[in-house]
Amino acid sequence: MARGLLRHAVPILFAGLCLFGIVVAKITPPFLTSEMLVRMSRNSVLVLSLLIPILAGLGLNFGIVIGAMAGQIGAILIVHWGIPGIGGFALAWIIATPIAIVLGIATGSLFNRAKGREMVSGLIAGFFANGLYQLLFLFAVGSIIPFHSASMVLPQGYGLRNTVDLSTIQYAIDGLIPLRFQMQGVEIRVPLVSYVIIVAFCLVTLWFFRTRLGQQFRAMGQDPHVAAIAGIAVERNRIVATVLSTVLAAWGQLLFLQNIGTLNTYSSHEQVGMFAIAALLVSGATVSRATVGQALLGTVLFHTLFVVSPLAGKALAGDAQIGEYFRVFVAYAVITVALVLHAWQSTRAAHEARKAAR
Amino acid sequence: MAKPGIQMPGFLREFGIPRLLIAVFLVVLFAVAVATHMDLRGLISDSIVRVGRNGILVLALLPAIQGGIGLNFGLPLGIICGLVGAVISLNAGVHGIAGVGMAAGIGVALAIPVGAGYGWLLNRTRGQEMMVGTYLGFAIVSMMSVFWLLAPFKNPTLVWAIGGRGLRTTLSLGGIYDKVLDRWLTFTVSGVRVPGGTLVVFGALCFLVWLFFRTRMGITIAAARSSTRFARAAGISDERTRVQATVLSTVLAAIGIVVFSQSYGFVQLYTAPLLMAFPAIACILIGGASVTRATIGHVLVGTFLFQSILTVALPVTSQVIQGDISETARLIIQNGMILYALTRIGRT
Amino acid sequence: MTAPSTNPSSALELRSIVKEYEGNRVLKGVSLSVREGEIHALVGENGAGKSTLMNILFGMPVIWETGGYEGEVLLGGAPARFHSPAEAMDAGIGMVHQEFMLLPGFRVAENIKLNREPTRPNPASRVLGPKLESLDVPRMRADARRALDQVGLGIDEWIAVAGLPVGHMQFIEIAREVDKANLKLLIFDEPTAVLTETDAEKLLAIMRGLAAKGHAILFITHRLDEVLAVADRITVLRDGEVVGTPDPKTTTVVRIAELMVGRPAAVTAQRRFFAPTTEPVLGMENLNVDMPGERVEDVTLAVRRGEILGIGGLAGHGKLGIANGIMGLYPGSGRVIFDKALFPLNEPRLALERGLAFVSEDRRGVGLLPEESIELNIALSALEAHGRFLHPFPIQPLRVLDHRAMRAHALEMIRALDIRTTGPSQQVRRLSGGNQQKVCVARAMTLEPRLLFVSEPTRGIDVGAKQRVLEILSALNRDHEVTLVVTSSELAELRAISDRVAIVYRGRIAAVLPPDAPDADFGLAMAGESAKAA
Repeated sequence: MARGLLRHAVPILFAGLCLFGIVVAKITPPFLTSEMLVRMSRNSVLVLSLLIPILAGLGLNFGIVIGAMAGQIGAILIVHWGIPGIGGFALAWIIATPIAIVLGIATGSLFNRAKGREMVSGLIAGFFANGLYQLLFLFAVGSIIPFHSASMVLPQGYGLRNTVDLSTIQYAIDGLIPLRFQMQGVEIRVPLVSYVIIVAFCLVTLWFFRTRLGQQFRAMGQDPHVAAIAGIAVERNRIVATVLSTVLAAWGQLLFLQNIGTLNTYSSHEQVGMFAIAALLVSGATVSRATVGQALLGTVLFHTLFVVSPLAGKALAGDAQIGEYFRVFVAYAVITVALVLHAWQSTRAAHEARKAAR
Repeated sequence: MAKPGIQMPGFLREFGIPRLLIAVFLVVLFAVAVATHMDLRGLISDSIVRVGRNGILVLALLPAIQGGIGLNFGLPLGIICGLVGAVISLNAGVHGIAGVGMAAGIGVALAIPVGAGYGWLLNRTRGQEMMVGTYLGFAIVSMMSVFWLLAPFKNPTLVWAIGGRGLRTTLSLGGIYDKVLDRWLTFTVSGVRVPGGTLVVFGALCFLVWLFFRTRMGITIAAARSSTRFARAAGISDERTRVQATVLSTVLAAIGIVVFSQSYGFVQLYTAPLLMAFPAIACILIGGASVTRATIGHVLVGTFLFQSILTVALPVTSQVIQGDISETARLIIQNGMILYALTRIGRT
Repeated sequence: MTAPSTNPSSALELRSIVKEYEGNRVLKGVSLSVREGEIHALVGENGAGKSTLMNILFGMPVIWETGGYEGEVLLGGAPARFHSPAEAMDAGIGMVHQEFMLLPGFRVAENIKLNREPTRPNPASRVLGPKLESLDVPRMRADARRALDQVGLGIDEWIAVAGLPVGHMQFIEIAREVDKANLKLLIFDEPTAVLTETDAEKLLAIMRGLAAKGHAILFITHRLDEVLAVADRITVLRDGEVVGTPDPKTTTVVRIAELMVGRPAAVTAQRRFFAPTTEPVLGMENLNVDMPGERVEDVTLAVRRGEILGIGGLAGHGKLGIANGIMGLYPGSGRVIFDKALFPLNEPRLALERGLAFVSEDRRGVGLLPEESIELNIALSALEAHGRFLHPFPIQPLRVLDHRAMRAHALEMIRALDIRTTGPSQQVRRLSGGNQQKVCVARAMTLEPRLLFVSEPTRGIDVGAKQRVLEILSALNRDHEVTLVVTSSELAELRAISDRVAIVYRGRIAAVLPPDAPDADFGLAMAGESAKAA
């Protein structure tokens, strides 16, 4: 019992924090339910995209920001071409996929050149890609690359505006099969098809773990040296894992955007990595071990806190800003603690392995 | 991203392709500036001001590299200490050099225990120092955001006019110690204005750091970095030397932000320190440092190259295009340089 | 399972294998063959070339990164040249490693079938390729069960490897190799190094059983009694050459040991007429040192003031552990008296301050700061331990380096030890091995020690430099009256410079012999025979 509590200390602590916030801010069940239904449908795929690199021993893939950028490129293009609805969404998905594959190969090769430093490399690669993305959309589009949607381009004739209106594809998936229900007199909408897609991704991920390739990833994650000795093409597989993660992140970002309905051209992707990673970690997942269940649980917990903390901040200190700073702090703190524990345990494990070998 | 596997002549590889590209880029920028009859003296003067402003923050990275920590992404920890010092000195209303001195003094006093704790943590998270430093920095900066809002500072020049609680995002130093060091000993050489005081402080700290690595303690720190096993055989505790190096780095960061603020004219709170480590790291790498070796020369050359580009890029490019491309250029150069360094670890 | 053919053909044949690392010839034309159904033992000291040979057989990248090799490898009669471990495995080479190549978080069956899992196709795999086929767990378990039964390990095949006893792990490794359908050659690399004696015997029995079923086995070990117990043929390797193929039926442990270590003396003896004092300067009682691979167990030994004591023995028996333990580099226990005072173990700093110094066998790791200058390398230990070469300043740790004094001392050492360099500020890594060793000695001398440990003084340096280094050591002892404890794998060299030679066997002192004792006595001591005879 005590051991179990300790093992699940992180999610329990977090659930307690959420509960505390809900109580002090007097949040009503219908409000929370509808918020969580929406936020789960938006964010789950992004969190799921982190699982495969963890399995393969690459750690937390901070480079999923790059996948998110690929998704946004798809979204920008279909708006430019004026293709609305589910068709437009599908096309965005189709455009984003090859871009994500190419970027995933590049990121994976980078990880192979920076073994043992994949996480920090992924983080910096995200910043770097952000620079290239800005170069593309702030300067190249409309000047070097012909692009003449007046509503999208800045008055100077090149560069995209800060926001791109995605109302043409908003709820393309969420609203495909409308489902509503009443809760304490409040109508709550359920993005049914999005949940079908999320469940499908969960099942595919679970199935993947049980394939030969999944087994290879698992072996690499435990000990790349032993895996290589067993004839597993470790470097190639690491690239494959990164590509899968990047592609899934691109799809996840599109699902996110069709729910939100607007794209902040230069900032929608920036926080994707941090929030997805923090969400995964609050479930008690670690840098080297994470399950589908943890991804879902973490998304629920983290986004509950996200909804609750500004309200709780307002109720407690009369200032919503405090709650907003606080939730950012929590996100960073959770990642920090997970990184520290991981590094601490691996140095201790190495130490004990040396001892045991004597 | 992935660098193409093109074989370069040896001397080029030694100099480093990214460094070469950056130097060429800077030369091109200056050439354009000359060709378009821009105020070259003003540009050079601005570059020098920015070298003085940022130099100590770059210098702060050197002890960490020499001590075996690697790139100190946790620089914001020291920066926060300096900011606390600055806010306390402003709250007390101390003006002029005395104010700067008080801010730096309090910053250093805080940075010593903070650096020791940070170093202790890094000793327990070996191999992941960069990641732990980055996120510890992020976490502390966001925690301090809550603190700035709740902190019991009452001086009306510091807190929000409305509500009377919570520090402002940006505190103006006008009339307090705005540019006191920059103006002290300012002189002009053929039309180029040089902020003497700030450069003197930067130069003095460079000299002290250089001297420190020639003392017994400094030599010990560098030896432990070179070879842990050698150090242990010589009876050196590399855990201790790493903590010493981290403290020194954190202390310099605290001084660095105070000097930065007086030169900039504002103290920036809240999320401002969040990403401050990255440009500083890019500077020292551009100067030729690696994750395991850095010299004062790397600090000076790198700060000058990178800060000059950032100074010159905006006015030069704004003649051709609207919008601030220097920010985009900064992102690409800065992070491209760090990525390049990360892929070079363990190769010679 | 390969059935023995009528003509006992060679499963493996190596023809004149030559391998160089950066101009250093580590294999000088090695030929050997392993027949189906036989156990062929390959023995040799550390550095004899066994690992390099295994790396070639296993297609390790390090071979190709350093320019490949010359000569021919024939596997099952067909020429083979492996560029990766995967190729070697596909061709039918199985390896039981010295370090366990098992994934602790995987189940036993998962480890046995790693990357060779039986699978079932599914709709996705039909489109996207066989890598996405589903694992066939029942068949994995069945295969694993069969392999485990073959090696006689009755554990559940579906439990995690983590937490199993060490002995079991070795048998799981063997089961994994035996399970491979196309296995042509099985290599055992020091398989008993980590086993208890009972487990080791069990393992030897399994090896015999596998050979009887027709498997070809290459057996690499230091334990000569095991060789005699199971081998059908023996090849002795020394300095990258085959120096003998004694018949296991007629040869003895002593004879093999002689072949392994009995190299012609590369140095001329420096016999001195020494009047040994009997006064011990350093006394060890029940010394234990926990140095991985070189454990010292219960050593009691006295070093006499002014002598040169040699410590010899085969690799892995603990001769290197003694100096490392006293100097505090590895955890030690026991009672040590230095200069009539109790000497604290596990305190490297105190060891230096009390007047001991150490030239380590691990020159690049422990001995030198390769990136730093010669002068700093020479001065550093004395600077650390005694605060030499510093300008005066009230705060001790902030005393600044006296560059002039350091330079002067370095120049003196460079002249005295004849270090070939472009100058005292040259980086140490640019020096040759012999000159690096001289820098190590120079640093130890700078400490002005009363007792100096020197381990493997001539390892990895060329013949001319060997002579010079040994002369320097003798002179140090003779002219500066420094007591020396020299540990070396080269017996001839120990016998040339020492007053007494202690031989270590399995962590204990097997014998302390005069340097002119007969070869046979040394051979016996190294094989642990004298202890049994006595």
